[in-house]
Amino acid sequence: MTEAWKEIEEGAIIKHDIAKSPKTGDWRYMKPQVDKKTCIGCGLCFDHCPEAAIDYDSERKADIDFDVCKGCGVCATVCPQKAIKMGKN
Amino acid sequence: MNKKLTEKLAPGHSTCAGCGIPAIARTVLGATDDPVIIVNVTGCLEVTSTLYPYSAWKVPYIHSAFENGGATAAGIDGAIKALRKRNKIPKEKRIQVVVFAGDGGTYDIGLQSLSGALERGHDFIYVCYDNEAYMNTGGQRSGATPYGADTETTPAGKQSFGKTEKRKDLMSIVIAHHIKYAAQANVAYLGDLKMKAKKAFALEGPRFLLVLQPCTNLWKYPTSEYVRIGKLATETNFWPLWEYFDGKYKINWATENPKPLEEFLKTQGRFKHLFKPGNSPQIGGASEKVIAEMQKEVEEEWKRLVNMAEV
Repeated sequence: MTEAWKEIEEGAIIKHDIAKSPKTGDWRYMKPQVDKKTCIGCGLCFDHCPEAAIDYDSERKADIDFDVCKGCGVCATVCPQKAIKMGKN
Repeated sequence: MNKKLTEKLAPGHSTCAGCGIPAIARTVLGATDDPVIIVNVTGCLEVTSTLYPYSAWKVPYIHSAFENGGATAAGIDGAIKALRKRNKIPKEKRIQVVVFAGDGGTYDIGLQSLSGALERGHDFIYVCYDNEAYMNTGGQRSGATPYGADTETTPAGKQSFGKTEKRKDLMSIVIAHHIKYAAQANVAYLGDLKMKAKKAFALEGPRFLLVLQPCTNLWKYPTSEYVRIGKLATETNFWPLWEYFDGKYKINWATENPKPLEEFLKTQGRFKHLFKPGNSPQIGGASEKVIAEMQKEVEEEWKRLVNMAEV
């Protein structure tokens, strides 16, 4: 008990903890769907995605993390193969 | 989520869907392997990435007030120098101080502290994401708002065609401080932005990046379009990509046949009034005059830039 003060956060310092993050995937009303056959794995959508939600899957194709994807549709616009289509969530 | 891209800035921030600001922050920070300290001036990036009790930042981060991004960076630079003298930080270890600020915190409110820090020659990088108005508070005009734009404080209507003043030429103000490196970039060209950030990180002293950031919410266009609209800004010469290094100007992207400015203006709700016939009786009901004036300004600016640049 006497050491409990050590557990208190230091004043005005907030440490990154992904468990506390808001689930921004809830915002989504349109859902991007990757056509894995046409996706060439160029990675252009990775950098432009505001949430950095897209990464390679095991076959080096785009794979979207729907916990954080807000459904803006930027990936579908930048895709040179038109492999990402926006559908209903 | 993408592990490599989220090494410094994690998702879970609350920027509007389709906002390019996190892409700017990730691209700039991805260009260095040195440890970084982020100074973030009040603005969109600050309010969205630090929602109590969550912080999206995985690197040391300090929020300073609107007007003192430059001063905070200067203080951190001073502290690093003092710790080096006392051998608390090894001499060969480079620490990068990076300021992120919006156009309000750079063009207007933060200009004096930025000017001071540039003039004193502190070792820091200043990145301004320019969305051309105070977007975080609902889109009031700023020094960066272009002529003719409809904002909350310059509303277009029967008596007005939007903002009547031209945008401030911030790059010239910054370069006038005799700094080594300054560059104008665009979020739609992330490869170009990364190249510029890499160049900047390799140098010492004050360095400045001005990055165009189309705002989905208050430029009024669909959330999926920031890349297309950003590209149009450069293709119409509204936002040329160029850099200034050691007294020399260099244009990074040019075309022989720039698109007419209208193509860029038509994509956005903030210029919608310019395409309504019979609007703006104040200027004789001719919105075309405003567009012609904007086109003229863009052409003059481009000519000025070409004259300064080395081929």
